[in-house]
Amino acid sequence: MQLPDSFRYSKDHEWVSDQGDGTVLVGITHYAQDALGDIVFVELPEVGAELSAEDDFGVVESVKTVSDVYAPVSGEVVAINDALEDAPELVNESPYEKGWIVRIKLSDPGEINALMDAAGYEAFLNDGES
Amino acid sequence: MSDALHRVPLHARHVELGGRMVPFAGFEMPVQYQGIKDEHLAVRSSAGLFDVSHMGEVEVRGPDAIAAVDALVTNNVRGLVDGQALYTVMCAPDGGIVDDLIVYRLAEDHVFICVNAANRHKDVAFMREYLPSLNATLEDTSDAYVQLALQGPKAEALLQPLVSDAELSAVKFFRCAWMHVAGVNALVARTGYTGEDGFELYIPAEGGATIFDALVERYVPEDLTMCGLGARDTLRLEARLPLYGQDLSAQINPLEAGLSWVVKLDAGHDFVGKAALEAIKAKGVARRLRGFKLEGRGVLRPGYPIFVDDAQVGELTSGGYAPTLDASIGLGYIDTEHTDVERAEVEIRGRRLPVQVSKKPFYSRPR
Repeated sequence: MQLPDSFRYSKDHEWVSDQGDGTVLVGITHYAQDALGDIVFVELPEVGAELSAEDDFGVVESVKTVSDVYAPVSGEVVAINDALEDAPELVNESPYEKGWIVRIKLSDPGEINALMDAAGYEAFLNDGES
Repeated sequence: MSDALHRVPLHARHVELGGRMVPFAGFEMPVQYQGIKDEHLAVRSSAGLFDVSHMGEVEVRGPDAIAAVDALVTNNVRGLVDGQALYTVMCAPDGGIVDDLIVYRLAEDHVFICVNAANRHKDVAFMREYLPSLNATLEDTSDAYVQLALQGPKAEALLQPLVSDAELSAVKFFRCAWMHVAGVNALVARTGYTGEDGFELYIPAEGGATIFDALVERYVPEDLTMCGLGARDTLRLEARLPLYGQDLSAQINPLEAGLSWVVKLDAGHDFVGKAALEAIKAKGVARRLRGFKLEGRGVLRPGYPIFVDDAQVGELTSGGYAPTLDASIGLGYIDTEHTDVERAEVEIRGRRLPVQVSKKPFYSRPR
């Protein structure tokens, strides 16, 4: 199970990577993509959409299931990963890099600290599985 | 909770081979091994092995076995010869579908029936209630069999070297025969639920592991791919084979489901639901099953509404991603007055997207 140390994680299995310029990249975790199986479609939000933390902003569909994606932090969508339109399987193949979903400009940078770090998320996963 | 789930005899082998076990129809079954897309494509190009031991088996024996089964199902069992199989449905007195099943005539006095896992107990109760008082007995033998499905264009070539006393090429589509496979006497039927050539093997439970191990050790992973129920669903959907609980149910009759070909109203004998189906046929059905292919990106799912010219005309009953087509497809019912449209719209999360409407399978194997 890959869990980059520098990322933050939500209980809904999204990851947040601080880009250091007031924006973050957001995607779904290795655990989430593995649980979903082959991902065949990602519904992306509009650039410019204003999100509050925990809003659903997109949908990831695998062969078997439909899963909402929730905003781990509040802010404005400043970019979306267009590559997922033609290659949704990038979420499976590269969940933390090529499979990023949106870039959000933070409205409250402090929200990141409320998310779990890698160790915390790993413990959260282990609790869920026990 | 999981304690209540049944485990199939080969459960430990599935776990060992990397099967992801999920609850299905009261059983713990492998939904996938390496991934549904790969497994699906392997069945289309080579061969896949499925454990479908959760399916139920019912056997009717006695001098009147054939007449007895004919009283329960809509298709004509007495037209079969020994070793021939028949797809049919079993209907309630109101014409609603109780189950879809495959009936095998093994002998004049022995009919073998394969029923859906989720319907097993309901079916057996229904059969016992409506079994005519003839010289025939009915037994639920589900637990006595391991059922494997070996499906794909290479199925015959892979299975033949394990068979010591029969030529598989002599077993034609929808025929079956007992033969020794890896030394185990099993009922081998040229049937399946994937749209490909292939076999379903009904193996006395104690011999199931012998045949399974022989196939796995000899062929997996090069020529044979372990497959779960996820791929079984995408394969059957591409082949436009209906699924009970979604495309077929007690609220749906076989005439609207496109199964008129299994309803033999002129066969000259009575069966449960016949009068109701005659009345439905005379009046005309209100809706019909159609296939839908999404023109753009997205995934069709059961329950999504179907629109023609701003009017909702039906609902999807199946839907998903079709790996062979790299597109999303579905099945659903639309009101009879609209069944000839070639295009419609399906509403996905509030947005209506164009779909092509078809009466044909999305995929048919090259012959």
